[in-house]
Amino acid sequence: MANGTLAKDVSYLEYEGKHKGLAGWLLSVDHKRIGLMYLMGIMIFFFVAMTLGVLMRLEMLSPGETIMKPATYNSVFTLHGVIMVFLFIIPAIPAVFGNFMLPIQIGAKDVAFPRLNLFSWYLYMIGAILAIVSLFTGGGAADTGWTFYVPYSIRSAQNVSMTTLAAFVLGFSSIVTGLNFVVTIHRLRAPGMTWFRMPLFVWGLYATSWIQVLATPVIGITLALIMLERFMGIGVFDPALGGDPILYQHLFWIYSHPAVYIMILPAMGVVSEILPTFARKDIFGYKQIAISSLGIALIGYLVWGHHMFVSGMSDTSRIVFSLLTFLVAIPTGVKIFNWVATLYKGSIKFSAPLYYVLGFIFIFSIGGLTGLVLGALATDIHVTDTYFVVAHFHYVMFGGMGIMFFATMHYWFPKLFGKMYNEKIAIIACTVIIVGFNVLYFPFFIMGYMGMPRRYYDYLPQFQGWHILSTIGSWILVSGIVFMFGNLLYALLKGPKAPMNPWGGTTLEWKVPSPPPLENFDEIPVVTGGPYVHDKQTYIMHPGKEGIKANGGTKTVNQEAAL
Amino acid sequence: MSEQIHTGEMTAGQAHAAAHGEAEHSHAGAHAGGHMVGYGTYFMVWLGLVALTAVTVTIAGIQLGSLTLLTAMLIASVKTALVGYHFMHIKYDNKIIKVFILVCLVIFLTFWILTFSDLSFR
Amino acid sequence: MTEHSEVLNQPEAEVQEHTHAEGHVHRDDEGSKMAMWLFLFTELLLFGGLFLLYGAYRFEYADGFKVAAAEMNSFIGAVNTIILLTSSLSVALSIAAMQRSHKKLALGMLWFTILCGIAFLINKYFEWSHEIHNGVYPGGPALENMSNGEILYFGLYYVMTGLHGLHVIIGLIFIGFIMVFIARDKITSTNFQKLENAGLYWHLVDVIWIFLFPLFYLLH
Repeated sequence: MANGTLAKDVSYLEYEGKHKGLAGWLLSVDHKRIGLMYLMGIMIFFFVAMTLGVLMRLEMLSPGETIMKPATYNSVFTLHGVIMVFLFIIPAIPAVFGNFMLPIQIGAKDVAFPRLNLFSWYLYMIGAILAIVSLFTGGGAADTGWTFYVPYSIRSAQNVSMTTLAAFVLGFSSIVTGLNFVVTIHRLRAPGMTWFRMPLFVWGLYATSWIQVLATPVIGITLALIMLERFMGIGVFDPALGGDPILYQHLFWIYSHPAVYIMILPAMGVVSEILPTFARKDIFGYKQIAISSLGIALIGYLVWGHHMFVSGMSDTSRIVFSLLTFLVAIPTGVKIFNWVATLYKGSIKFSAPLYYVLGFIFIFSIGGLTGLVLGALATDIHVTDTYFVVAHFHYVMFGGMGIMFFATMHYWFPKLFGKMYNEKIAIIACTVIIVGFNVLYFPFFIMGYMGMPRRYYDYLPQFQGWHILSTIGSWILVSGIVFMFGNLLYALLKGPKAPMNPWGGTTLEWKVPSPPPLENFDEIPVVTGGPYVHDKQTYIMHPGKEGIKANGGTKTVNQEAAL
Repeated sequence: MSEQIHTGEMTAGQAHAAAHGEAEHSHAGAHAGGHMVGYGTYFMVWLGLVALTAVTVTIAGIQLGSLTLLTAMLIASVKTALVGYHFMHIKYDNKIIKVFILVCLVIFLTFWILTFSDLSFR
Repeated sequence: MTEHSEVLNQPEAEVQEHTHAEGHVHRDDEGSKMAMWLFLFTELLLFGGLFLLYGAYRFEYADGFKVAAAEMNSFIGAVNTIILLTSSLSVALSIAAMQRSHKKLALGMLWFTILCGIAFLINKYFEWSHEIHNGVYPGGPALENMSNGEILYFGLYYVMTGLHGLHVIIGLIFIGFIMVFIARDKITSTNFQKLENAGLYWHLVDVIWIFLFPLFYLLH
């Protein structure tokens, strides 16, 4: 183990193995480097999709054609959706921070299948490149919306095939990551890390990974069928050949509704990490939060029909799906109440990550409560396909997962790069983002309720005031985001060195150096207590030296290999 | 609950280690599915599968009306169970794999039930 | 929750070998099997979507499906079923042989499996070309005159048996790699999880056919 000593002393960022320079990254199977490579890709596509979003807001500044033609607008909202959903929201937290933190948090040296992990990154990049290429080739970018509803997606002359192929490949990447995480969590937990001693982020990832494995294949086959129908004219969904477009919607939402929970569960996991750290207090209701993650994942499979209330589905089905939809509020409520209770009587330290989390709880609650309006049959019919829906899912997706992505960046930035950022600027940026966010999206609720339909490049003059307000909000939001990333980028280049545990966190990633060494731990730690205990040590970091107080047969095979 | 999940996995694992016996492999426990199944057992299972195929072909010839589909699916399920239990060694797998399979099947069944809650009441 | 029981509650079956500093490659057969099963679930649900479509359209177009299914040659279907069942047997036997260190028998069984797989594909080829010859293909002259139910039936028939055939080919390649591993003694009587995984995959292909056969060939 000559390399072992070397790997112990230098961080994963500096370590040079068989390959050096760029190849040392592109061929690396280290989970931390793969996490950072995901971060690079995801940031690029986030900015692409954000730019498309800003362009849409500019178009809506005045009625009629402002900066683009209606056909261009269709392509722009389609690609904004496809890139945001498949390239940013779904992979961001699991692929970046899940990859980086999951093995460390459970006390492992890597994920179960490191090479598969790298393969998954390549699939992600191939899918991403296909999505970008589809913008500029064929008959022009896809114009179906990110939902690819038939029969239009079969008939459209635009480049729908390549965009669906991109989504198909990205789905495969997502499956591989999920499969890897499930096996990792089952097989690689450190000695003593029982299920209910795992950090809640790991619980979030576990639930997410199951959804990735058990839902993504359905959209894979659905999108493959669209491609087959387009290329070979096989009759499956095409109503001209007897096909049933509503069945397409069923299959699409069988995946895409659970996918909503792929997006939000890891984010909720990070909330449960950040709150106990900054409240200096054990999390309130650990088991309830852990189980509610699985509960949300399970109920997520049962409610897809609420996307189809006006599609022509049977009345029985609509009532069943509406009822089931309300069940989602239970585990979500469990989480929100437990988070707030964690803050109660804590000794709270207002640091940048906590600001983002508090912003998240506020915004996500608005998003969640307006979800009830959409889940109820009667009110849903009034607001279906209006800006109300757009507002709702931006409040839960961007306000939920997006804001939490920023929070996660700020929470784990010192660990990822070993640098500290300027917290004051981060807090100012956070305030600007949350103000901008609400100015941008709250008018959507009002417009939607007044009847402004979604996906239109034009509108009636009575909506103009709200649209102008919303566009101004988009400028505030974007400047906040740029400000925030500028701050982080400056910290990356010029920031002071971060200590091992800048926030006083209690989970395992704060017990290893910042940035972590290549193999994370020089010895696999032994876990003796829960993850958020502040007043006593619950990890034995060097069981070989310190010894373990247990009767007989303490050394597992795991530790022997590590020695 | 934690203990339940965990011990569930462990008891199965320990049962394995016990069943392995030290004599069987030089490093017993390295392979969790190392159960010796006689060639004869596999042949019997195969015979059963072929027989069920014959039954399903024969029954399809008889007009049973709406029962045709039901019996065919029932026989296919039995065949699948045989393949899974014996050929795929679910019989010897840890409890956790059995739970996984159950979860997968329940989710799949849910897709059917909820989709047909629409189709059959339209 | 006593302290020591937690420490001892670790999977005992982990043999770790560090091959190179970066990879942390260790052998964990149970984990490998778990991953294979998870992968099989994704395959199951991939086909599951198609089975759901079949079920839905059969429900909506019961008559058209019956008319179309009557045109199928159930004899070829039955032969293919027996072929696949037998190939499943030979894979299972090859694992049993490997456990007993009978390398030659194990390889022989896998050769037999590959032959069965190829025979299955040849049958499929003749079946498909017969139908295409008769004009029964998407956009084909015969299919265009059929009812909607029959069009959907044949659409699903081509997609499902085609996807299944693709899986047969992938399974054959998988088994081919495994045979190379066995020949080079990378797979032994104490280290045969890779063979076991290839077997699992092949059995899944068999299981899917067990359902495809009655649905497309018998239920008329």
